[in-house]
Amino acid sequence: MTTAHEMNASPPRPAPQLPPRDSRWVRAGRHPLVWPLVTLALILAVNASLNPGLWHLEWRDGHLYGSLVDIVNRAAPLAIVALGLTLVIATRGIDISVGAVVAISGAVAALMIGGDLKIVDGQAVHISHWPLSVALLAALVAAAACGAWNGLLVARAGLQPIIATLIMMLAGRGAAQLLTGGQIITIYYPPYFVIGNGFFLGVPVAALVALAVWLGMTLLLDRSALGLFIQAIGINPRAARVAGVRARTITICVYAFCGLCAGVAGLIVSSNVKSADGNNAGVLMELDAILAVTVGGTLLTGGRFTLAGTVIGALIIQTLTSTIYAIGVPPEINLVVKAVVVFAVMLLQSPEFRRQVRALAFRGAPR
Amino acid sequence: MNGLKMKGLRIPPVVASVLLLLAMVTFGSIMYTGFFSAQVFLNLLIDNAFLLVVAVGMTFVILTGGIDLSVGSVVALTTMVSAALVEHRHWSASVVIPLVLAGGAVFGAVQGWLVARFRLQPFLVTLAGMFLARGLCYLISIDSISITDPTFTAIAQAKVVLFEGASISVGSVIALVAFAIGVFVAHGTAFGRNVYAIGGSEHSTLLMGLPVARTLVGVYALSGFCSALGGVLFTFYMLSGYGLHATGLELDAIAAVVIGGTLLAGGVGLVAGTLCGVLMLGLIQTLITFDGSLSAWWTKIVIGALLLAFCLLQRLTQRNQPGGEPAMA
Repeated sequence: MTTAHEMNASPPRPAPQLPPRDSRWVRAGRHPLVWPLVTLALILAVNASLNPGLWHLEWRDGHLYGSLVDIVNRAAPLAIVALGLTLVIATRGIDISVGAVVAISGAVAALMIGGDLKIVDGQAVHISHWPLSVALLAALVAAAACGAWNGLLVARAGLQPIIATLIMMLAGRGAAQLLTGGQIITIYYPPYFVIGNGFFLGVPVAALVALAVWLGMTLLLDRSALGLFIQAIGINPRAARVAGVRARTITICVYAFCGLCAGVAGLIVSSNVKSADGNNAGVLMELDAILAVTVGGTLLTGGRFTLAGTVIGALIIQTLTSTIYAIGVPPEINLVVKAVVVFAVMLLQSPEFRRQVRALAFRGAPR
Repeated sequence: MNGLKMKGLRIPPVVASVLLLLAMVTFGSIMYTGFFSAQVFLNLLIDNAFLLVVAVGMTFVILTGGIDLSVGSVVALTTMVSAALVEHRHWSASVVIPLVLAGGAVFGAVQGWLVARFRLQPFLVTLAGMFLARGLCYLISIDSISITDPTFTAIAQAKVVLFEGASISVGSVIALVAFAIGVFVAHGTAFGRNVYAIGGSEHSTLLMGLPVARTLVGVYALSGFCSALGGVLFTFYMLSGYGLHATGLELDAIAAVVIGGTLLAGGVGLVAGTLCGVLMLGLIQTLITFDGSLSAWWTKIVIGALLLAFCLLQRLTQRNQPGGEPAMA
């Protein structure tokens, strides 16, 4: 949208080299966020046609209620994980251990909070083992350490990202199961539930956390050279290093940040269900996150990335899930639909495929 | 990859795997009574027959420098389709088994075609394939379907007695045959030579006039076929079809291949090493069971640590590649 706006403002330029086909709309259509937005709008339209109450927003008990709020709230953990993953993918890496890290973070928090029932002044009060802030900090540090370990393996030991994070995915899941003893640990400490269930100024806290992560990252990456460095590493790691970018340090930091994001998401997830499940928390989340990143328009080959696109991607995934529920088909179809979406996005991103489609569309007309 | 150095590199990881396997067997035999018996080792084959078959297919994919994440889901889909056709439709096992094997091969071939034709990343294509196959399982049924078909139960319960007090299942015999065929295909056919060539350098292979695209499609079709065969063996082993069967099997298969000494960059490795890797994964589980004091969750951590050790070993032997460069799988 910005592109179209800017072109309205600027004086008409003589652009004889451009073919007449490239009108303002065509060029606006090339903005990287257009296709994700169109996809989101389409899915929302389908959802709205099946579920007339979709747009209905209501202020009840000081909270915002409605289907849209629900979608945003549920998309928050995925969006946070996907935002961290976007940076990793931008450095031409991948992190498939985020699901395991989500489980670890939730397990650490659950173990440190626990929640014992005590009778204080005749009232039943839940007391956490450790102060809430210490528990949250420990969970986030554990998650960031997992990420940093991935980063070390990739940047220092030179392992392929998928293998380095595969190791973490295996061992991390084992560690989470070890922490929880393979059980679901229930948390009895109401203040902790605010993260996943609470409202602040009527807006879900989880959505606000996701918004804060997004805005913080956007500020940091746009206002400093860091975003440029990350892109440079993704486009050509060796050239970036030769040009003086501290590629290894930045790569380690990016993986650590991805782990941290997964840790935040883990807190939201475990707070939302008031328990920590070492076996199932975050299972297949890495795939959803990769899907959100790609649907949002970030190239898996590294370099170009878009944080806003990733957020839209996460919303698309969540809206898709809600729509599938709204249609009334069994939720198991979800996986098939996601698979079809991944195939479609992959083909659309493939230069080979686009060239062939173009060749078919403009057969005969020299281009 | 430097073609000349490949020869010198070919042996060390495999040798390391064999030595470690022997060390673990020795350790187990000394530490635990009753460990050093023929049946314990034959049980390794019985319990990991499907993993061996799947890992053989995965070896070929990894040798070309690719990866196949869809294998676990294809195993689950195979168990599901077999169970549904045999139990609900009452088809004969002699029709169902060839059908699911062909289905697996076609599934793999389509993935290979996407990889070869549109230059898509194998990681992503097979990730989507993984979603698709799992989803198709749930489309058939959400619940587990147990198999009571006489042919299936007969094969599942049949024992091949090797000698007094030591027997293996029909599934493990099939797995060993599949393994032997895999070794032959890798080292005795033009297809196997092309696989190694693509892993060494896809560009050079193309310039040499070898059929790169056809080989890639073939490799993924082979992996799909092996997954389906693994799925059939898994059906014998479990006597049920379930969409949650074999979750995470793809990771076990990749771990087995890597621990067996195959380089993830492609071009270097032996199918025989994969047998070693599968046995090692099984042995870790057996050791932990024999120990009794360690919880089962340690299995994953030990496998992760072992995978890490072997990847680092591979990095040390790969001297001709500049270190510390992030590269997409």
